[in-house]
Amino acid sequence: MRRFLRPGHDPVRERLKRDLFQFNKTVEHGFPHQPSALGYSPFLRLMAIGTRSGAIKLYGAPGVEFMGLHEENNTVMQIHFIPDQCQLVTLLDDNSLHLWSLRQHGGASELREEHRFTLKGPPGSPPSATQVTAVLPHSSREVLYLGTESGNIFVVELPSFRVLEDRTITPEAVLQRIPEDNCSRRSCELVEALQEHPKNPDQILIGYSRALIVLWDLQNNKAIQHFLGSQQLENLYWQRDGSKFISCHYDGSYTQWAVSSDNKPAEPLENTVPYGPFPCKAISKIYWQTTKNGLPYIIFQGGMPRASYGDRHSISVIHGSQQTAFDFTSRVIDFFIIFSSDPAAEFDDPCALVVLAEEELVVIDLKSAGWPAVHPPYLASLHCSAITCSHHVSNIPLKLWERIISAGSKQNIHYSSMPWPIDGGTNIAPDPPQRDLLLTGHEDGTVRFWDASGVCLHLLYKLSTVRVFLTDADPNDNMNTLGEDEWPPLRKVGTFDPYSDDPRLGIQKIYLCKYSGYLAVAGTAGQVLVMELNDEDAEHVVDHAEADLLQDQEGYRWKGHEKLRTREGPVRFEAGFQPFVLVQCQPPAVVTSLALHSEWKLVAFGTSHGFGLFDHQQKRLVFVKCTLHPSDQLALEGPLSRVKSLKKSLRQSFRRIRRSRVSSRKRRGAGGNASEVQEANAKFDQDALQEMELAPVQRKIEARSAEDSFTGFVRTLYFADTFLRDSSRHCPSLWAGTNGGTVYAFCLRVPPAERRMDEPVRAEQAKEIQLMHRAPVVGILVLDGRSTPLPEPLEVAHDLSKSPDMQGSHQLLVVSEEQFKVFTLPKVSSKLKLKLTALEGCRVRKVTVANFGSCKTDEYSENDLAVLTNLGDIQIISLPFLKLQIRYPCIRKEDVSGIASCVFTKYGQGFYLISPSEFERFSLSTKWLVEPRCIVDMPEVTSNNHVHSKSGTENAARKSSPGDSGEDERKSGRLMEHALLNDEKVLKEIQSTLEGGR
Amino acid sequence: EFRRFSLERSKPGKFEEFYGLLQHVHKIPNVDVLVGYTDIHGDLLPINNDDNYHKAVSTANPLLRIFIQRKEDADYSAFGTDTMTRKKNVLSNVLRPDNHKKKPHIVISMPQDFRPVSSIIDVDILPETHRRVRLYKYGTDKPLGFYIRDGSSVRVTPHGLEKVPGIFISRLVPGGLAQSTGLLAVNDEVLEVNGIEVSGKSLDQVTDMMIANSRNLIITVRPANQRNNVVRNSRTSGSSGQSTESSLPSSTPNIVGSLLQEEESDEEDIIIEDSGEPQQIPKAAPASESIESLSQIELLHESTQNGFLPSSEMDLSHSAGSISMEYEAPEPGRKSLEEDGTIITL
Repeated sequence: MRRFLRPGHDPVRERLKRDLFQFNKTVEHGFPHQPSALGYSPFLRLMAIGTRSGAIKLYGAPGVEFMGLHEENNTVMQIHFIPDQCQLVTLLDDNSLHLWSLRQHGGASELREEHRFTLKGPPGSPPSATQVTAVLPHSSREVLYLGTESGNIFVVELPSFRVLEDRTITPEAVLQRIPEDNCSRRSCELVEALQEHPKNPDQILIGYSRALIVLWDLQNNKAIQHFLGSQQLENLYWQRDGSKFISCHYDGSYTQWAVSSDNKPAEPLENTVPYGPFPCKAISKIYWQTTKNGLPYIIFQGGMPRASYGDRHSISVIHGSQQTAFDFTSRVIDFFIIFSSDPAAEFDDPCALVVLAEEELVVIDLKSAGWPAVHPPYLASLHCSAITCSHHVSNIPLKLWERIISAGSKQNIHYSSMPWPIDGGTNIAPDPPQRDLLLTGHEDGTVRFWDASGVCLHLLYKLSTVRVFLTDADPNDNMNTLGEDEWPPLRKVGTFDPYSDDPRLGIQKIYLCKYSGYLAVAGTAGQVLVMELNDEDAEHVVDHAEADLLQDQEGYRWKGHEKLRTREGPVRFEAGFQPFVLVQCQPPAVVTSLALHSEWKLVAFGTSHGFGLFDHQQKRLVFVKCTLHPSDQLALEGPLSRVKSLKKSLRQSFRRIRRSRVSSRKRRGAGGNASEVQEANAKFDQDALQEMELAPVQRKIEARSAEDSFTGFVRTLYFADTFLRDSSRHCPSLWAGTNGGTVYAFCLRVPPAERRMDEPVRAEQAKEIQLMHRAPVVGILVLDGRSTPLPEPLEVAHDLSKSPDMQGSHQLLVVSEEQFKVFTLPKVSSKLKLKLTALEGCRVRKVTVANFGSCKTDEYSENDLAVLTNLGDIQIISLPFLKLQIRYPCIRKEDVSGIASCVFTKYGQGFYLISPSEFERFSLSTKWLVEPRCIVDMPEVTSNNHVHSKSGTENAARKSSPGDSGEDERKSGRLMEHALLNDEKVLKEIQSTLEGGR
Repeated sequence: EFRRFSLERSKPGKFEEFYGLLQHVHKIPNVDVLVGYTDIHGDLLPINNDDNYHKAVSTANPLLRIFIQRKEDADYSAFGTDTMTRKKNVLSNVLRPDNHKKKPHIVISMPQDFRPVSSIIDVDILPETHRRVRLYKYGTDKPLGFYIRDGSSVRVTPHGLEKVPGIFISRLVPGGLAQSTGLLAVNDEVLEVNGIEVSGKSLDQVTDMMIANSRNLIITVRPANQRNNVVRNSRTSGSSGQSTESSLPSSTPNIVGSLLQEEESDEEDIIIEDSGEPQQIPKAAPASESIESLSQIELLHESTQNGFLPSSEMDLSHSAGSISMEYEAPEPGRKSLEEDGTIITL
């Protein structure tokens, strides 16, 4: 095996590297950033979401996912599935139309863009003549009707997008056939809605903005009937049998109309303003669903009283006497109803309401009493409170997994039991190889436990630390508690709640021991909580201790936030992780590092002032060590968190601005062809780049000194059982690394189990190493006699790891931002080093030991370091010889928050945030690859439009596969990020902001 | 008093021995003296360590003139560049033409352990238009004291003249090391940092590289002012035709790089002594360089080397084996790290 670890152009090693390492971006978890359009195919039972950066994502049954990206990165305005086809059409804000198909390709199918098209008017006509406002894919699947701002309705052939000019429905032609005097040319401006007759494909309903509605006979090119409303039209919807339709209007009213064959001016059957009588906002979309019992469901978006509730984002459901206005915390993008798609069925029988809001997807069960929400298996809003940190735990023991799920299920009782209604396609990916947990810490003091084993990132359990503390906000103060007879009947739905009561509650570090179920979390105000998993509710007192990290340092004043106040007396905790120990650091600066040893029952924590060790068995502080440099005033006076969070929030707001700018770059080169646009884009980017590089930015070149700020900031803590004092006896030890390149090692004396409660844990400083390059220490690791990293606590006790080799000599690996260094133990002498920054100019941002297995044989695996640099590159470095194995570009270097959010797994996968709400998953391993793999069953379509037979065409689709097709995927992955980050001007601003702090 | 004696040029030995020899020859066994010699430019330069002693011996042509002064009444200002030529008034300094004209003469003190603060190196292998400057940060409290910026320069490429982005020195801090050497100037283009080309790297990357190498920084620049370039003798004219970076053979930077890295690790041992900490600093130990330099070389020659060189493996096994038996015994080859109670200084 040693032979394999040799570097250089050893062909054996090169071959082995190919069997071990491979880079793929496999799947995007979470909720798409800035969704802009929604589509649904009742035929495929697939949902499509378009975004402002030009992405289109298809979702079906859990695990069935497809993703595409429009090259232009323009906002997707509308999505329409072609009836009874595996095809869809998207309309972008540059007025281009794109046809996408789920198509078989080399044994697998994928979402592919087939054609693109931009409607062109006659020369000299204004752009509004061809600005598409409404799209109707005809059930014949042969043509697309395109309503425009000018009132013309163009007909284009599919899939060629050839304009059938003779079939254009002009406003003039419509007006000629309406024997109405008060209809002028202006009545036919802007087509607002186009709806095909549900029973007769030769008839379409045309709704013009100025409230003129015309039922048009496509065969004979004449108006069958026309309807004139009094208010500006927003949308139309047919009743299932085609005898009536409903229109909704700008003033918050909706109107029912009956269809008859005699060409008389029709009178409305009923005109209602549901939230009148005071002026209301527009109803922008409406559904009218029939049921067996005769009472229809009327479901509409908006219509709230303008003055008092005009700011609400609501969708109302009216069914007989039941009426609820679902109140969303973010803007509603669009919604649809899942109802009986069998054309032979007499009634719609709606079963679910699916709402795409700006920040989350909400599905309401319309069949169960009380219309409860359905828990979505995917598209989780990761950012319902901003993510502040992440922690990944691989290979969770089944027992712990089940207990977490059981704790979570008690939190989810208010959800509907309805099976997930969007269930198109079949997930054929193999079962995930192991149970993985991703824990995210949030700004509001919660920790969310996600099932990260497979393609669907699914919330298992949510833990809140808020109950331990007294905060300003009264938990009983619920603004949405309304009486029975409140009007409008608003009901808050969804989980997106970005407002934190108290920024001090924010979670900064998480450590979970998967064997013991001990969990340690640490937060912004120096709080450290140790928790235990309890399957029952319990009420108990949380033991409370304070750790004064300044010790005898005199005369310093902490000008930052106060520490959190704790609740007196016993606190009731729900089943799940329940805190039993709280340590509060003094000064209450943000906790910057955390380590838990579940076997020794010790927890170590560090801040910008120092670090401490707490015995959570005896509930006693073992020691504290102040790491401050006497001249480091900054660390003493102000909270680091404030400096950092200001920077962070600046960054985030820049990101927001940048993205909104990306999407507001509208209608650029609407008439030009694609390559022109591309060229212009490239030129723009180049110019911007040049401009950026010529900017008069300068950087100071100065050696780091001991007096630099924040040298005492504790970056990493590590427990190890190793040879610290002499080579004959090993002992427990605690290692700490600081921002100033100092490593402290403490020798610990932990009493044996039988006397664990009687004797105190003792600690004594054994070593202090000062790295002369003074770069921040980001990782400490001890390798055993076989050069294998020491196992996790309890890993050996659970027979999941070989006992470490205590015969051979141990080695210490210290990773700073600039160098990797191996030292011998117990006598510390320098053995090996790898200088990263001096040679490449990049710095280590994240580092983890990962185990890589060979895809060829189960027998071989090795441990390497997975490293993410500040340039967004991932490097794999061998252990223990520190040889660079391979390097992959992963994240754009400008994407500071993406790089900061990256977390590696123990088996060579990783996650990073590509937006506040989305994790990109990547894999460095050939063996562990989690990616979507699914089949979409497409019923064979007969000549009859509405009869489907159920035999399927197999469409296996992989988002990416090893080898050649992975190349495409990477490209599109990068394109996607490019879409999110291509405003160089904003990048420049960010750069200068960051410089300010430099 | 003059003495003439001979030394074997190929085996000059150590400075300590030489010093002893001088004391012996002059029969002044207990008198502290300063030793100096005149180099080929006529400068009076000190001999006080192995390095400058070897240098001195190598310049003997065939005679080496050595000056010995009693330490207590030594004239420190006698040392330094131009000291001999000034008297003879023969040469003018090529590189720092106005150093002595405008400023009052600076008295150069004689530190106990004399070290250079900067030098121009690799003159023989670089194109005339380039200058490779080494800044020795250690042992001085002076800041490096310069700033770099983005800019663009014109290069000869296969497609003709092209404007390419580059990194430039934007500012020198008055009194800083960079300014005091006189070897770097504002608007000099930075081409390499410690043997690594900077083209294609961002300003931040180059900044990080320079700071990471700040204890022994070697910068290759294309000076903005090309009039003060070193004039070559005929020996190196072969390479002087290569006037632009782009026309350099691609292998050259690599060779240069490895040479630099090797030298750097020599230097690093000296750097290691000086931690700036209150603890005493161990003397540079040449033996400890083996590991340092090997790991360095490996990095650069990963393609050609398979693991450690045999010598290093021996060394490693020695140090590993020594742990159990002679933990207390000071290892001569491991002085880069010294334990002082619980404090270890690297």
